[in-house]
Order: sequence, then C-alpha cells, then structure tokens
Amino acid sequence: MTRTTKLWLALFGVLFVAGCSGTSGAWGWYVIDPSTAQGQSNIRFLVGGFWATILLSLIAAALSMMIGLLVALPGMSSNRWVRLPSRIYIEFIRSIPLLPMLFWVFYGLPVVMRSLGFPITIDAFWGAIITLAISDSAFTAEIYRAGIQSIPKGQTEAARTVGLTYSQTMRYVILPQAIRRILPPLANQFIYIVKMSAFASVIGMQELTRRANELVVTEYRPLEIYSLLILEYLVLVLIISFFVRWLERKMGSDESR
Amino acid sequence: MSAERVIEISSLNKSFGDFRVLTNVDLSVSLGERIVICGPSGSGKSTLIRCVNGLEQFDSGHILVDGISLEEPGGVDRVRSEVGMVFQQFNLFPHLSVLDNLTLGPMKARGLSRTDAEALAMEYLERVRIPEQARKRPRELSGGQQQRVAIARSLCMKPKIMLFDEPTSALDPEMISEVLDVMVELAQEGMTMLVVTHEMGFARKVADRMVFMDGGEIVETGTPSAVFEAPKSERFRAFLDKILQH
Ligand SMILES: Nc1ncnc2c1ncn2[C@@H]1O[C@H](COP(=O)(O)OP(=O)(O)OP(=O)(O)O)[C@@H](O)[C@H]1O
Ligand SMILES: [Mg+2]
Repeated sequence: MTRTTKLWLALFGVLFVAGCSGTSGAWGWYVIDPSTAQGQSNIRFLVGGFWATILLSLIAAALSMMIGLLVALPGMSSNRWVRLPSRIYIEFIRSIPLLPMLFWVFYGLPVVMRSLGFPITIDAFWGAIITLAISDSAFTAEIYRAGIQSIPKGQTEAARTVGLTYSQTMRYVILPQAIRRILPPLANQFIYIVKMSAFASVIGMQELTRRANELVVTEYRPLEIYSLLILEYLVLVLIISFFVRWLERKMGSDESR
Repeated sequence: MSAERVIEISSLNKSFGDFRVLTNVDLSVSLGERIVICGPSGSGKSTLIRCVNGLEQFDSGHILVDGISLEEPGGVDRVRSEVGMVFQQFNLFPHLSVLDNLTLGPMKARGLSRTDAEALAMEYLERVRIPEQARKRPRELSGGQQQRVAIARSLCMKPKIMLFDEPTSALDPEMISEVLDVMVELAQEGMTMLVVTHEMGFARKVADRMVFMDGGEIVETGTPSAVFEAPKSERFRAFLDKILQH
C-alpha cells in the first residue's frame, strides 16, 4: 500500500471512530450501519451505483480515445488548413465547463437534431456519455499529439520511402512506438472521467452521486452518506491508479529492453 | 550521351522562409550513373536529394524521376516506389525485428505474402552479410550493422535509384568501411546512386561524377580524377584541402 492510501484510510478510521463513540448525537452512522437491516439496505442502494458509474466512464473513455485520435491526426498536418479545425475543436471544447456542456447536450442537442431531421431522444445515460467523451476528447487529442510528436521525424520519412501510405505509416510504425507514451497519460485521464461522471447525477443518471443525493433526501444524514460516497470514489480511483502505475512500469521496462 | 536520363532536375529553387537553400540547381543523372555530392555543412546537399523523392517540397523548377514529375497527382508516391533512401541516422524501426523492418514495405506497399517477403529479406540480408541478425532488434546491432540493415531495407523495394545522405557520418571510424564496401558492391552491380558523403576514397573508387555544392548552388562538377587533380573553383579547392587534411 502506498503512503497516500494509508493516510486516507487512517483519516477515515479516525472519523469513523469519532462518529461511533460520540455521544452528542452529531454523528449518525446508523444510516449505513451494516449490522441493521435498514443500514444494509441503504448501503446496497448506495453501492448499487458503482455499476452505472463504471459503465458510464468506460464507454465515455473509449469514445474519447477514438474522437481524440480523429482530432489529433489532422492536427499534426503540415497543411495549416487541415490543422485549423482540429485546433479550433481542442481550444473550444477545452474551454467549456462540463456542467453547461452537459445541459446543452441533454436539453439542447435533441432539439438541434430534430430541427436537422433526426428526431432522437437522448436519455441521461447517453447524454452523460456524449458530454464526458467530447469534453475529454480535447485532452486525449493533446495526449496523442504529444505521444506521436515524440517519435522522431525520421521514422515517418523512412516509412514513406519504403512505400507505406500515411495511414500505414501511422498504423505500423508511429502508433506502435507512441503507444507507450500515450497509454499511461490516457489511463490517468480515465481517473478524471470517473470523477467527472458525478455530474451525470444532475440530469438524473442513477450513478453513485445521484444515489447518495436521493438517500440524503430521505434520511437527512448528509455527512455520513457523503463520507461513504467519497470513500466509494476513493476506492475506485485507487484501483485505477494502481493499474496506471502497473502500466507505467510495464511500458517503462519495455522501453529499456 | 545516349544513356537514359533517370533524374532530371532543372532550375530548382527552394527557401525555408526567407532563407534561400537551393538556387537554380540543374542536375541530370543517367541510368547506372554514380554521383557523389559534397560541400560544406549547410550548403543544401541534404535538401537537394530529399527533393528528389519528395521529402522536401520545392518552390520552383522541375524534377523528373524516370519520366515521372513530382508535381503531377500521385507523382510523389510513384517516384518513391522507384527511389530508395538511406539516412545518416539509419531510421530503422526500433519496435520491429530486423526481418520485420525489411518485410514491412514489401508486404504492405507491394502486397507480398509473408513467406515471399521474408525470402526476399533474407536474400538482401545475406547481400549485406548479416543474415544471422534477422531476429534481433535494431538496437542490439552495432551502428555499421544497423546501416547495412537500412540499405537492405531499401533494396527490398527493388528501387531503380538509391539516395544516400551521409550514410557513414554517424558511424564509429572502424565501422565505416563495412558500410562503404556494401555501397561499392551496389555500385558495381550498376545501381544508379546519388551519394552525399565526404568519404573521398569512396568517391574516387565509384563516382562517375563529383558535384560540389556551396551556398545552395552547384559550384562545380567533374570526374573524380579531374576534380581531385585540379579543382577549377577556389571554393572547391579550399574545401578539398580542408577535408583531405584529416
Ligand atoms: N526544415 C528546415 N527549416 C529551416 N531551415 C532548414 C531546414 N532544413 C534545413 N535548413 C537549412 O537549410 C540549409 C541547408 O540544409 P541542408 O541540410 O540541406 O545542408 P547540408 O548541406 O545537408 O548540410 P550538412 O552537411 O550539415 O548535412 C541549412 O542552413 C539549414 O540550416
Ligand atoms: Mg545534410
């Protein structure tokens, strides 16, 4: 266990002990007390949001990786008119806060689509995914760009002189080399998506944060419930960052092979 | 000369921003001819040969390679399929084995099967005398071996013309000759070659014509024997004095 993990666990331990032993009534851990039937059912309700949060984040991350690549590639063209749309996309998307974008996608996009002759409905789940994916894609695009540009120009030149096309050069020569510089920051970016997925709660998506909010409304125990909520994100993020470390080590050792 | 002209460069001009790199360069190369280009650093030698296979674009003038114009649509790709290039820094693909470095082009660009491509690759690895290194990664090889792999990689595409940009400049002195030997053999087999190098021994041995560049212009051309005996221009004489001292 890393030092930060221990520190966090210690902090929660102290809070928990303080809460349970307190006599003032300021704490009410009973809402999530696993030894009572009500506590158990509350915990099950809260933890039940894990699946939605994870699914939401995974799909959004996968889409963001695809969009990011499609934005990054023209962004590295030697032709400025090919580069321009990519730059505009990145600067534009990067400067929109997530919440307004979420509202725009959820409430506005269906209207736009309908007026264009595509009558679609966007539910909370897909609204959140589209928003997270687009918002994150500006960052993944920059990660791809940095990774690809770290490969010496001579690699492209050599590939082109042995007859490979642009896309073959990317696929067989550049991306396989860039991937070890791209994957660790991409995995890191996944942590960002997981945390930002909490915003999906405001459009009614039943993920971790939404469920906590709903329970707070019926139980009036925000402190205890939000503490557990934070703990849930903590566990999720810690698992991912262990994975990122592992990936970084693996990629690093590949490099020195 | 009745020999077929395979490269025709006429009134070529190129600038990087305000900086003039090539000024009115004319050069034509016949089939099977070996040309050695030399000149001080920054004189435009690399830029000139990189224009021949479209790695650099030029501002005005014309280049015809085997009758194909670089400016016509798809011209660059067609030219590249006939022109091989060897770089100072080798530019091998570090994530692929030596064998895969050689088979990538034939398989992806020419559509050969893996079996055929590997047979072809082994044939050329034997020609550059390192078939036993086929399964290794480039970084496990010495500089001289890497450059020979790079030459074999180009030859696998069966080019009509080979460009060399200071192929031995990044090598330790004891490895230079193993690379030059391979190039001499290639010359003897009749390959058309444009070689940027300061290896005057090599030039004397294989060059049909020496081209001296300075300040983005071709200052002087001539056979090696004529040029080494009595360079016409003062600049070429000074340049030769400087490099032959070493
Ligand atoms: N991409 C570029 N952008 C700007 N200037 C460049 C670029 N490439 C080359 N130059 C400049 O053009 C000039 C000619 O370069 P070039 O590489 O053709 O010279 P060279 O004769 O090959 O020199 P060297 O012996 O050092 O390899 C140099 O002054 C160089 O600084
Ligand atoms: Mg050069």
